[in-house]
Amino acid sequence: MKDLERISSPASLAAGGHPRLDAAPPLTSGNRWVYLKERLVESLMMLAAFSSVLTTLGIVGILVYESSTFFAHVSVREFLTDTLWTPLFSNPRFGILPLVAGTLVTTTVALAVALPVGTVVAIYLSEFAHPKVREVVKPALELLSAVPTVVYGYFALQFMSPLLQKLIPGLPTFNMLSAGVVMGIMIIPYVSSLSEDAMRAVPMSLREGAYALGANKIITAVRVVYPAALSGIVASYVLAISRAIGETMIVAIAAGMQPNLTLDPREPAETITAFIVQVSLGDLPHGSVGYQSIFAAGLVLFLMTLVFNIGGYILRKRFREAY
Amino acid sequence: MRTELEKGSGTTGVTGKGGAAAPAHAAAPAGEVKADVRGLSFFYGRHQALKGIDLAFEANRVTAIIGPSGCGKSTLLRCFNRIHDLYPDTRYEGRILLQPSGVDIVAPETDPVEMRMRIGMVFQKPNAFPKSIYENVAFGPRINGFPGSLNDIVEQSLRAAALWDEVKDRLHEGALGLSGGQQQRLCIARALAVDPEVLLMDEPASALDPIATQKIEELVYELKENYTIVIVTHNMQQAARVSDRTAFFMLGKLVEVDETRTIFMNPKEKLTEDYITGRFG
Amino acid sequence: MGDFSGIIAKRRRQDFIFNVVGVVCTLVGIVTLGALLVDLLMDGLGRLDRAFLTSFPSRFAARAGIYSSWVGTLLIMLVTACTAVPLGVAAGVYLEEYARKNWLTSLIEINIANLAGVPSIIYGLMALGLLVYQFRLGQSILTGGLTLAFLILPIVIVATREALRTIPQGIREAALALGSTKWQVVRHHLLPYSIGGTLTGIIIALSRAIGETAPLITIGALTFIAFLPPPPLQAQPPFVSAGWLWSPFSVLPIQMFNWVSRPDPEFVVNAAGAGLILIIVTLSLNAVAIFIRYRVRKRIKW
Repeated sequence: MKDLERISSPASLAAGGHPRLDAAPPLTSGNRWVYLKERLVESLMMLAAFSSVLTTLGIVGILVYESSTFFAHVSVREFLTDTLWTPLFSNPRFGILPLVAGTLVTTTVALAVALPVGTVVAIYLSEFAHPKVREVVKPALELLSAVPTVVYGYFALQFMSPLLQKLIPGLPTFNMLSAGVVMGIMIIPYVSSLSEDAMRAVPMSLREGAYALGANKIITAVRVVYPAALSGIVASYVLAISRAIGETMIVAIAAGMQPNLTLDPREPAETITAFIVQVSLGDLPHGSVGYQSIFAAGLVLFLMTLVFNIGGYILRKRFREAY
Repeated sequence: MRTELEKGSGTTGVTGKGGAAAPAHAAAPAGEVKADVRGLSFFYGRHQALKGIDLAFEANRVTAIIGPSGCGKSTLLRCFNRIHDLYPDTRYEGRILLQPSGVDIVAPETDPVEMRMRIGMVFQKPNAFPKSIYENVAFGPRINGFPGSLNDIVEQSLRAAALWDEVKDRLHEGALGLSGGQQQRLCIARALAVDPEVLLMDEPASALDPIATQKIEELVYELKENYTIVIVTHNMQQAARVSDRTAFFMLGKLVEVDETRTIFMNPKEKLTEDYITGRFG
Repeated sequence: MGDFSGIIAKRRRQDFIFNVVGVVCTLVGIVTLGALLVDLLMDGLGRLDRAFLTSFPSRFAARAGIYSSWVGTLLIMLVTACTAVPLGVAAGVYLEEYARKNWLTSLIEINIANLAGVPSIIYGLMALGLLVYQFRLGQSILTGGLTLAFLILPIVIVATREALRTIPQGIREAALALGSTKWQVVRHHLLPYSIGGTLTGIIIALSRAIGETAPLITIGALTFIAFLPPPPLQAQPPFVSAGWLWSPFSVLPIQMFNWVSRPDPEFVVNAAGAGLILIIVTLSLNAVAIFIRYRVRKRIKW
């Protein structure tokens, strides 16, 4: 990297990284066609990059637009504080709390599985396992996240639920526990892959310092490597949270479709996402309050994940810049 | 071992991108000025890396630029082919005149892409493309619209870079399979293939082992018959071996420039003498 | 100083225990994956036969098949791939090689990072309000394909950028020093050298799209569809037709969801069969992607 060091200055270091192909060439005689082509190609690409902005505008626009019509009929206060969610009844109630509770409980169960197991796996692969083991295990675990979620839903209902019913007497077929556990297993690679990358990026010199003092592997891993990689690890946790909150099919199939304001994971409940599916499966007239309620619910979901996504992005940038 | 490059007096019909014929470069008699740096200053943002440089580069000679780290030698080199333009917040003042056409390289109206077609550069770390050896050398002529036979220009350039005999049987194999020294000579062949008016070399041997370095130095010595060469080096012995003139830079200023013998045996400035004798580095 | 041997023994024990714990946790994921595959195989393998693949859904479990679903999946994927790949690669190249580092570019980058984490059902909501109703595209294959294209667009963009980042800057400088324009560098060097990594990302993105259920349910994909969309290629002129784009549709994951939601155990078998096909397809695609990544790493060693 020596040539890069010599040409990099405070200015270009601040601007960051490798050369942007920045030169805006003036037009000299005879070159007009070539530079027109260059400008055209660049403009097309820029439009493509803007399509991502348009997507976000589309999402936010639709959610806000449809929700605003919803909130013309239902007060925000009722929406946020009522404890019953029955928008399809003839006497509808629009309190989002039961759906939020369903989402939070399933997420918590999932995280209770994914965070510890994922972290342990990450530490094991990064600090303990033989490199050949890591080469095989890492892609195998990533396959876990490649399975379609509807298949996981099937697995949760047909396999996990009966299994848990044997362990917990009186457990109903539809419950948040089986959905949450399966969701957690699906999320393990999100935690383990990113955390392991973060830990591997910690320089050997830090570990050598600990070993030289007589520490064993686990102490070094937990007290030196883990804290050093913390921003990357927390970024992976945040990503896992966002994924769990947004999961739809597993909970739609296995957790039930009845809103239920409870914190007990052994009960069935409906999440925000499952509710949207439920309504979409039915026959709601376009423009009715029931139809718009899915946008209001979607808005809440979007805001919840937005917070975590941006938090995760900032953390990931910090982790990358640290090394 | 030493193959003469068959070249006429420099007419190799390289047409420029837009059809306006770039002047075919005439090999000027040694001693005439090929590139004239006048009052050149260069800024990275607010930091001034080059301070009012006045320096003439003679045609068909090797000029070495030496000096301690951070003195601006590579910065100067990169002004010649406007590579600085890739980075934000950079600014040129002054002029670099390319003779005999009189074009000012660093003027805003000048097309940097055209300049890069006329001025070649060899980098410190060999950066051969992950293509075949043939394709590496042919790339430049290909995109510059070279009308003649690509096979011929590839062979000519590889001979000029003293690499032909080693690779002629495997032209279509990958370039990354060559050794470091061979790759660097390939990069030189690649630069020569577009018939540059000035060949810039930024510490071309510093990443190579001593044997490869020696081959590169021999090559530079041969090439000066047909090209104007500017070589940046932190290795003073290399500068002494290879160059006709040497310029000593320090902290962005040109301290002294003279015939190489004079600089190393009898420098006029005390700073130069201190650097040469190793009082600081 | 006999104290040391006690501490050393304790530390060895700790390492040993953690080794065991680590292996167990790693196995949790792998065993689950295995259990899932075995479960599906046991329940569904028997159901897979030619009739299953070429029958339409039916009220009678034994006669129901996935014909309309897998055709729907194929057609949707066609639209998705043709939209997301050019758009995503172009956007990735622009952001990585052309865009200046200013607030606008940072905004776009944060935006893409957020979009990658937005739940897939939200894309369905957007498509429902915007594409189905505002733009009057209806509940069609076109809408479905576009919805999934928006969904996987951030993945393709990130994959393209990561692949471009592996190319050392020396290559760009060398190409530029020979007098190339920006586009020539991209076209003759950057795209060819990064195609392996980009392709890996694209395949993984498409494999994700194949398994997506929620957004398509939201835009109104049908769960019971007993006909095929009009074919894109015909025997009479004009030989190519666009009618299929506007057709209602179903996809394989939705069909599986529909069957798994029914209490009748015979439909569960059907669901298992459909799930088996889904898993085989997605795992194969992932395997292909991993293979390509491995081959590319072997071919070009910077």
